[in-house]
Amino acid sequence: MVWQTILDLLESTVRVSPPLIFAALAGLFSERSGIFDIGLEGKMLAGAFAAGAAASVSHSALIGLLVAIVVSLLLALVHAFASITQRGNQIVSGVAINFIAAGATVILGQAWFDQGGRTPQLAAGERFTTVDLPYAQWASNHIPVLGPIYEHLISGQFWLTYLAFAMVPFTWWVLYRTRFGLRLRAVGENPAAVDTAGISVTWLRYRAVMCDGILCGIAGAYLSMAMAAGFTKGMTAGRGYIALAALIFAKWRPVPVLFACLLFGFLDAFGIRMQGVPLPIIGQVPGQFVQALPYILTVVLLAGFIGRAIPPRAGGKPYVKER
Amino acid sequence: MKRLLLTAVALAALSAGAVAKDFKPAVIYDMGGKNDKSFNEAAYNGAQKFKKETGVDFRDFEIANDAQREQALRRFARDGDNPIVVVGFSWANAIQSVAPKYPDTDFVIIDATVDAKNVRSVTFAEPEGSYLAGIMAAMASKTHTVGFIGGMDVPLIRKFECGYIGGVKHADKDAKVLTAMTGTTPDAWNDPVKAGEIAKSQMDQSADVIYAAAGGSGTGVLQATADASKLAIGVDSNQNYMQPGHVLTSMVKRVDVAVEQAFKDEQQAVKDDGKSFKTGEQHLGLADNGVGVVFDKYNKDLVTDKMKQAVEEAKQKIISGDIKVHDYLTDDSCPYQSS
Repeated sequence: MVWQTILDLLESTVRVSPPLIFAALAGLFSERSGIFDIGLEGKMLAGAFAAGAAASVSHSALIGLLVAIVVSLLLALVHAFASITQRGNQIVSGVAINFIAAGATVILGQAWFDQGGRTPQLAAGERFTTVDLPYAQWASNHIPVLGPIYEHLISGQFWLTYLAFAMVPFTWWVLYRTRFGLRLRAVGENPAAVDTAGISVTWLRYRAVMCDGILCGIAGAYLSMAMAAGFTKGMTAGRGYIALAALIFAKWRPVPVLFACLLFGFLDAFGIRMQGVPLPIIGQVPGQFVQALPYILTVVLLAGFIGRAIPPRAGGKPYVKER
Repeated sequence: MKRLLLTAVALAALSAGAVAKDFKPAVIYDMGGKNDKSFNEAAYNGAQKFKKETGVDFRDFEIANDAQREQALRRFARDGDNPIVVVGFSWANAIQSVAPKYPDTDFVIIDATVDAKNVRSVTFAEPEGSYLAGIMAAMASKTHTVGFIGGMDVPLIRKFECGYIGGVKHADKDAKVLTAMTGTTPDAWNDPVKAGEIAKSQMDQSADVIYAAAGGSGTGVLQATADASKLAIGVDSNQNYMQPGHVLTSMVKRVDVAVEQAFKDEQQAVKDDGKSFKTGEQHLGLADNGVGVVFDKYNKDLVTDKMKQAVEEAKQKIISGDIKVHDYLTDDSCPYQSS
């Protein structure tokens, strides 16, 4: 019984984590290149809206995903233009993107679909459905421990979920094993040195922010086309900020990002599962407390356990070539 | 002194303008928005029906945040709109402070009780309707486990929950009811992702019928249960059509009837040139068809004759008073045990 509960909790964790993973990795690319991105939330929201709108019009999940990526990419380019080319304040630009997305999605949604800022409910073929891996049922019945894990955690997820988990080693490989990654990390620490080596700081940072945009678009599409069937206003519900917290938590490194996101996902799943369930000794815990628990834990963990998180040294500072 | 005089003149002009009572119906929705496919949409449908029948257009408005409540009310009242129907319990404070300042305007609030001379407070017997929904859920469940997902954790939603548990226990006293709320802030009315995840969590715990009393978040529950080939119960508006074959029934609250009735009464009152608009409390229950469960073409394959019979029987007993459905608001507690 306890084993089953734990398994359910982990399954739920795997379901709710992917948007966090995509968004946190998106932030990782951008921030490692020295561009702070507080606009993850806004880009995700815009992506979710674009996905819902495009999928319902085109009746194709894939087109929905592509449009989500394009829209999020465009917003990322706005951020890049403001903060790299124009050397504006990166926080201000990011906040502006959040506001634009929150307002524009509702207004456009109302104008196009007339459903109070919602997009029409997506039918089965217009959204992502879960993939059942072969032998899941059989393994669950015949192999102890590993079988149920295979059935519940690994099989029966959206293919975007697999992509999210695959993105983690891929990001690690890009950052630490490719020339682009080396330069990207360098430009976030010491752009002058990169410039001296004859590499364009601007172009490098633009590319990093574009990676950011693409990943945020996928995160948004996951929300509106996999987890839900259609866009609802404000549906990111702070996930972009949680992803940002996870990124800081993980000290801007890809593998710890995965674990930080899974932790937040787990706390979310735990909060849902433990509502109204009496715990031993304490008795019934008020629902409000259980729902606040992830945030309390975040503060405690951030304050006491992870130590100092040092951001990329050139983060937040626009690069000026000559004075 | 001059300014004082001016203000007095302006005030006099304002009140003079308000004396000539017009019939200009208006409805203001709650945060869910008029197309939430549930509670607010029911109000919109009622107003729309009135417009179709009488040809009188109405004015409506969707607020975007809590700060707009009083502002919108004052503007509508100042523009001479009458009656002004506001939809949702969150309006209580705003009405309380605005209504006395516009004594010639009639206000109607749905889902809350406000004590003022020119306010009609319409409330519904949600526990009674939910009781019937609970009976159907228990009879449709194969696992003897059913779920309840509320929107924002407020006493109003506890009313639904409590009546539902009562109904489930009435039909199957060993059944287990899993309950959860989507959140504790108004955002909880609009978070289908979270509500869907809660539904999956309840289905993991073997629930196979889930009642969603969660406004706009309910669409997430309906989607999740349909994806898993389980059953959901809709709320407020008839939501059977949203996932045909996967929505057992909908517990409807006839907000549309209440809105339409308010418009009609006011139209009559203005015509009679009297003050015949009935204010005060109006409580709509099963006996008035103010609440109930829906049987239509979308759920006819899910509903057995036995279910219909049980529902009808319980309905008669509730109306006659043989079954007393507990109202959570009376003592802030629920006597039915959920497991």
